[in-house]
Amino acid sequence: MTDNDILVEVRDLKVHFPIKRGVLFDRTIGHVKAVDGVDLRIPRGQTYGLVGESGCGKSTLGRALLQLTPPTGGEVVFDDVELTTLPPARLRAMRRRMQMIFQDPMSSLDPRQNVESILTEGLQTHGIGGNRDERRAIIGEALDKVGLPRWALSRYPHEFSGGQRQRIGIARAVVLGPELIVADEPVSALDVSIQAQVVNLLDELQESLGLTYLVIAHDLAVVRHISDIVGVMYLGALVEEAPSDRLYTEPLHPYTRALMSAVPVPDPDVEDRRERILLAGDLPSPANPPAGCRFHTRCPWAQPTRCADERPVLRDIGGSRVACHWAERIASGELRPRHAGVGVTQASDGAAAPA
Amino acid sequence: MALLEVDDLSVTFARRGQRTVRAVDGVSFSVDAGEVVGLVGESGCGKSVTSMAIMGLLPRQPGTRIGGKAVFDGTDLLGLDDRARRDIRGRDVAMIFQDPLSSLNPVIPIGLQVTEVLARHRGMKGDAARKEAAGLLDRVGIPDPNRRLKEYPHQLSGGMRQRALIAMAVACRPRLLIADEPTTALDVTIQAQILELLKELVHDSGTALVMITHDLGVVAGMCDSINVLYAGRVVETARRRPLFREPRHPYTAGLLGSVPRLDSGRGEPLNPIPGSVRDVLSWSEGCAFAPRCSRRVDACLDETPPLVRTHDGRSYRCVDPVPLPGAIPAQAGPADQPGASSPDPNEEKTRD
Repeated sequence: MTDNDILVEVRDLKVHFPIKRGVLFDRTIGHVKAVDGVDLRIPRGQTYGLVGESGCGKSTLGRALLQLTPPTGGEVVFDDVELTTLPPARLRAMRRRMQMIFQDPMSSLDPRQNVESILTEGLQTHGIGGNRDERRAIIGEALDKVGLPRWALSRYPHEFSGGQRQRIGIARAVVLGPELIVADEPVSALDVSIQAQVVNLLDELQESLGLTYLVIAHDLAVVRHISDIVGVMYLGALVEEAPSDRLYTEPLHPYTRALMSAVPVPDPDVEDRRERILLAGDLPSPANPPAGCRFHTRCPWAQPTRCADERPVLRDIGGSRVACHWAERIASGELRPRHAGVGVTQASDGAAAPA
Repeated sequence: MALLEVDDLSVTFARRGQRTVRAVDGVSFSVDAGEVVGLVGESGCGKSVTSMAIMGLLPRQPGTRIGGKAVFDGTDLLGLDDRARRDIRGRDVAMIFQDPLSSLNPVIPIGLQVTEVLARHRGMKGDAARKEAAGLLDRVGIPDPNRRLKEYPHQLSGGMRQRALIAMAVACRPRLLIADEPTTALDVTIQAQILELLKELVHDSGTALVMITHDLGVVAGMCDSINVLYAGRVVETARRRPLFREPRHPYTAGLLGSVPRLDSGRGEPLNPIPGSVRDVLSWSEGCAFAPRCSRRVDACLDETPPLVRTHDGRSYRCVDPVPLPGAIPAQAGPADQPGASSPDPNEEKTRD
């Protein structure tokens, strides 16, 4: 892969939100480090999947990448243009090339705008299409691409089902002819049978329009399905990044392993056989993250040395990037997970499999 | 006799000037002591209304009609008066809801909410109740329970709140626990913790559990038998393994085909069910799933498909079920014709 294949490059991106307190004068008493030093590259025409639990900063990263939330530090390079220092007018022009799809189509579509108005707004802003007829033609094409009928134009969002609303959201993004689409939980608000329709639609659009995706989701199965590269986030930083297949067959970071083992698979045989790594406790507060490796407070493999005081950096291990001091020795089985407190439980047959 | 026997339960909501909604339309299932039974379906299939009706939690409005029976240990829960129902609810039958924040009272400390159950059903007061409550929180894995008892729901994390709710539900060692999407609002690692906890509770105390969920993965790991609901009716009932290995109802098969799996590769196209849950036929006109079904035959639109019971204890509501692998199509020649041809395109899709 050569450098000019990279559409988006994020370097040491930081987004810190101040915590303020005070009656008359707001004093900043700390920062929530929602995103704290993330590097990633998205090759053109591919899908980068970002997974992590709520509060890990994955949505903030997506928004900061599009400059919807101003980053505190770091750089975002989109097609050789550095976005963080771009003057507002030029940034607005760039926005046509990078669009977003939101999670909840009901709250991201204006209930008082009909579909035509929703889809035209972007075209007008960017001065695409000379008159109404031209714009109608462009909109019509977008509707065809996402599989909505033409009569949808005069309807309002509430007249559609959840899946159709998400299609409207996708049409709104696609109508401007973007190169990058950031999709933040594009299917998690939808029913199972509808999820698959939207996932397939995203795949088809990528193929026909050559789109590049950043897909942000908490559902690992969906991300695996749709992504070429997957990055796993924990408390504002990437802990592992690998090609999709490799990440799922050979997770290296303890957190990735725990995540994988926690995802239920709709197959009783797999469910009964698998070993679950149960993590103790909850996500620590991002306002006061643990020192050293941020995962060490919940890590079943945490070692007495290094983990608590030295923050691991992402390093290359056979094609994956992993932020763990002990990844190789965990992979080889040399280090065993602690049993006390955290516990690795074998899914018990007794509870689950009567004759 | 089963611990809970739901028989022909139906719930209709009628409102003046609007179409009468049959949310639950003749649902029957049974739960044995110590058994985990799943009710699975997509939004609007009636799974939550079923549980609310059994618990007597549906608002009493003139337009709301509940029919059928829900016999728990010899008494029909639907026929009880309020006082008798309150005695059973929380003591013998308890429920866990999806969103712990909206099912806990935000202005009352956790401790008081837990001891309320103990006071009502077990007559415990003061220190004894507090001690028992701390023990319960400890049992569901809440660290430092004595401090947590004094805290308010907003001070607890999502997983912790769900644990507190479970502690309240199991406070009186109920014989039946109904969990309505207990982990849907939680992250996967927390979901794994909660599911493990529920498994333990069921295993240790012999409590029967009704698991209501849309997540087939959760069902695969937990339930002994599973009822798949569509548009207010049970369309298929089977034990766990047969259901996942050989789904007979096209809707079950469709659901399984449309879920992306962690152990399948990148880019294998999914086989979604076309249309949406809105495209239903009313059951009185035929099969409600027919408009979205890939195996539809003319007979589907003529009458309500009857519930077919097979010798191995399964049942499904379909005139042309998905054939078992290796089975020779035995009966009804014309019905098999379109059925035999329709699975082929699906199979080709998966191979692409």
